[in-house]
Formats: sequence, structure tokens, C-alpha cells
Amino acid sequence: MTVKAADERVARLGPARRLIVRPELGAVVGAVLVFAFFAAQSPVFRSPEGIANWLDPAATLGIMAVAVALLMIGGEFDLSAGVLTGTSGLILVTLATRFGLDVWTAMLAGLVVALAVGLANGLVVTRTRLPSFIVTLGTFLMLQGVNLGVTKAITGTVQVGGLRRAGGFEGASALLAGTIRIGGTSFRVAILWWLLVTAVATWVLMRSRAGNWIFAVGGDERAARAVGVPAARTKIALFMTTAFAAWLVGSILALRYTSVQANIGIGQEFIYIIAAVIGGCLLTGGYGSAVGAAIGAVIFGMADKGIVFLGWDADWFKFFLGAMLLLATLANRLVRRYAEEVRH
Amino acid sequence: MILETRRIGKTFGSVLALREVSMGVAAGQVLCVLGDNGAGKSTLIKILAGVHRHDAGTLLVDGEEVRLSSPRDALDRGIATVYQDLAMIPLMSVWRNFFLGSEPRRGLAFDVSRARRVAREELRAMGIDIRDVDQPVGTLSGGERQSVAIARAVYFGARVLILDEPTSALGVKQAGVVLRYIARARDRGLAVIFITHNPHHAYPVGDRFLLLNRGTSVGEYARADITPQELTALMAGGAELEELAHELRRE
Repeated sequence: MTVKAADERVARLGPARRLIVRPELGAVVGAVLVFAFFAAQSPVFRSPEGIANWLDPAATLGIMAVAVALLMIGGEFDLSAGVLTGTSGLILVTLATRFGLDVWTAMLAGLVVALAVGLANGLVVTRTRLPSFIVTLGTFLMLQGVNLGVTKAITGTVQVGGLRRAGGFEGASALLAGTIRIGGTSFRVAILWWLLVTAVATWVLMRSRAGNWIFAVGGDERAARAVGVPAARTKIALFMTTAFAAWLVGSILALRYTSVQANIGIGQEFIYIIAAVIGGCLLTGGYGSAVGAAIGAVIFGMADKGIVFLGWDADWFKFFLGAMLLLATLANRLVRRYAEEVRH
Repeated sequence: MILETRRIGKTFGSVLALREVSMGVAAGQVLCVLGDNGAGKSTLIKILAGVHRHDAGTLLVDGEEVRLSSPRDALDRGIATVYQDLAMIPLMSVWRNFFLGSEPRRGLAFDVSRARRVAREELRAMGIDIRDVDQPVGTLSGGERQSVAIARAVYFGARVLILDEPTSALGVKQAGVVLRYIARARDRGLAVIFITHNPHHAYPVGDRFLLLNRGTSVGEYARADITPQELTALMAGGAELEELAHELRRE
């Protein structure tokens, strides 16, 4: 270690440098560029209707991305999060349409199952110290099998539907899948849920003790444990938070479409992780932001719909996804290195 | 004596990591634990810090026999440990690290403004000149990190401060800085247990010296009873060192 004086040789950080060390900076720049790109070419894209249109996929993806970002800051992954949205939706629709429960009770049942899955993920990861990548890959495959197997056994097909006829549908639908009108344009109410989730997550991260623990267990779990941070409890809570988000999104989608495909959510888990990484989360944990993940989701929403508005083939979305991921990871690395260098 | 062990021991499977080590430290005193790699220093401090449970002998806090169930338990009894390698979380800011695990609360929230202010004040009180408490700990030098960890332990009411090799990775000047904070902690009435394999760091600050070798104690000396030369010789195993000198001599 070098001998170094802590002193006047170090210049004070200017506001620009303070800004650049924020983890979400890369995502903000990316979002501005992507918006400018599509808005310049498509008047629909920049109209209020267009904005409502691309904010909608951003919202459902964003709720998940924010929860996954917290988990990643805590140093873990959850590959089962995507499939769990399907599981929650399937439980809701199946119980409400085949077993005569009203929508609220069915949703509660879905919540209990989702939280149990999150708890199981968390317990296995913290007890066995296995990489969460492997543990949740196991959960992912198991849930995928259960989703298809149980749905087929009950309905004989690979989907359940008819939620509209279930009791309590109107209220639940208005709450989670409805629309609100702002200035003559209708926006999906999911957008409000997404903003709420982002705000709560940001508060927890930046202004609560739990937030300090999340950064700590992701940054260096042994060090955190040594100063008395309940590392296992923190991680289990994070897995359950992700599961809660999966339940929320699963319920929103089930209420919106009133039917659920048994294979829904497969492949989404990586999109959540990508959005979180674009938002400034490090794959190694201990660094990132909830707002960043929400903005990462906005970039996806814009690209997803923007490509359609421009009349391009939707397959280009995948290419865009990969390019964004690479760029974001490179940008994160640069920003971080820069941030640490100027302070040395 | 605040913290005392009597013929304490620990085995891991078939390995006797620590055998019959007795030591004690009082308030305002510095006990240096010296030994080469593998001498049992880290096993001893992990028992004192509540990480490992001893399986032989007795551990006494304030003269009362205890078994520490966890690091938290040790902390609650006023025993704080500063580890060489895992003292701080590099990506987190100084003030977040300072309060990690014991965050001040206001209502449900982490009282961030108070945490920032207290961290700055406490570091200044210990004479630690940190440019900016918002900077990530990863950007501090090794000596600064150790100093922050010591200031943190002092602030949280530690009565016993265990320092695991705080100077071993440091240059001469930085090591001097850390030794100064050890002395300052001692002057504030803390009992300090200073683990090191460098007698030159131990001698100037230590009141008593416990020497470990191959998992057991080879003696405990008061400062008045031993010279730095004797300390160095004992630590390296005097005979072994002479043998080595003989071996390396030109024919």
C-alpha cells in the first residue's frame, strides 16, 4: 500500500464530478439518447399517446428491475423471478376460475406462494452458501415444470382464462390493471405502481438501515457480518422482495389479459438483470441504484415500442438489447474507475 | 482485568489450533500478541471476538466466565475487533461504513445527516484528517482505513479493542500513524489487544507482550522485563534464527 498524505493536494470535487459518480448516470444518458433517436423519427413516439404506450412495458418491467436491482446490490441473482410472475398469475386465475375463490382471496394465495418461493430461495442460498445463480436456476426450472404440469393437469391446455367472470374482478382490475386519464391521455395504472415501487426502493436503499445492510452484504458479506449486520436475514428479505414484485407484476398482467399462458415469464429474468445493469448495478454486487434500474426499464420500453413505431422488424429489439447491455457495462466500468481515480 | 483467558484452547477436527493460552488485559493497557504465521494469533482473536467458540479453558469478561455466542454478543459486551482484511466495505462511503451495523435511527429512517456529522466529528476528534466522509472507503489508504475502523470502535463504546495486524500491510510512515491512534485509544481508557508479527511495531506501544508459537504460549512479559532484541529473538525462535544465520553464512 502506498504512503499518501490526506491533504491539500487533493482538489475539491466539483458538482460535475459528484454527478458522474452516481450509478444511474449512464442510464440517464442512454435514456436521453434513445428518446432523441426515436422521437426525431416518429412523431407518434413523442406524442402523449406514444409516451403512455411505451411507459406501459417500462412499468411492468421496471417493477421487476427495481426489485432485482436491490437483490443484485445485495450480491445475489434471481433467475426464477420471471417464471414466478407466471406462477403468481396462474395461481390467481386458476383459483378464481376453477375453484370458485374471489379474485382478492386468489391474489392473497398467490402472494403467499410467491413469498414462500422467495423465502425458499433465500434460505437455500444463505444456508448452503451455494451461488444464487445455481440455486435460482434450479427454482426456475422447477417452477417452469410446475407451471406447465399443473396447468395441463387442471385445464388440459397450456393456459387458463376467464378471470373476468370471477367475483371481485372489477375492483382488483381497477386497482392493478386499470387506466387513469391525465390531460386527455389514458395511462396504465401500472405506471403508478412502478413509480411507487421505485420510490419505496430508493428510500429503503438510501435512507434506511436495511439499505445500508444491502450495500454491505453485497459489497463484502464477511465484513458486514463482522460488524453485526444480519446478513442472512437481509438476503432472505431481498429474495422475498423480488418474489413480492413478481407477484405484483404477475397479478397486474393476469388481471389485464384475464388469462395466463403457462409458459409466461420465461426469459424475462435476464431482461430484469439487464435493466438493472444498465441502471448502474454491478454484477459483483455492492453498488447500484433503484432509480437507475427504473430508467433502464424505460430504455427498454422505448426501444420495444419505438422499433414498432418506426415500422422495423421487431426482431431488431434483441440486437438492441445486447448492444445496450455491452455499452452499459462498459460505461459503468468507466464511470466507476473515473470516480475512484479522481478521489485518490 | 476486563478480558482474560485461562488455559484456553480450540481444536478444528484433528488440528490443535490453540492450546492452554492464558492472557489478560486491563483498561488503559496495550497487550501485544506476537507470533509468526500459524502461531495461533488469529484463532485466539476469533475466540475473543465471538467468531469461534473455545472448547477448552475459560474466557472471562470483567472477571465473569462467559461464552461468546456471536460477534454481536462480543460487541454488546464492549469487545470490538478491527480486522486487517475485512475492516471496511470499499464501495461504501466513509460515513456509511462508520455506522454499519449500528445505524442511528430517526423514526423508521436511518438518520443520515446525523451519521454524516458524527462520523466527521469523531474522525476529527481522533485526529484523523479525512478529506470527505462521502468518499468510498476504497479510495482511502490502508492506514486511513484502519484509523477509521479504530475511531468507529471507540465511538461505539468499545472497552476492549482488538486489532488484527493493523500495521502489517502498511509502509513505515502509515504504520506510525496507526500506532499513534492505538496510543490515543489507550489514553481514552480502552484496553487494547494488538496482534502483530512485527516486534518493532509492538515494542513502542505495548505494556505487555504475549508470545505465541505453534498454537501455544511461549511466555508473557511486561515491558520492563524484556528488551526489543529479546522480543525479536523470542518471536522468531532465537535458536532457529541463529541456525539460519549460520546456514546462510558464506563458506
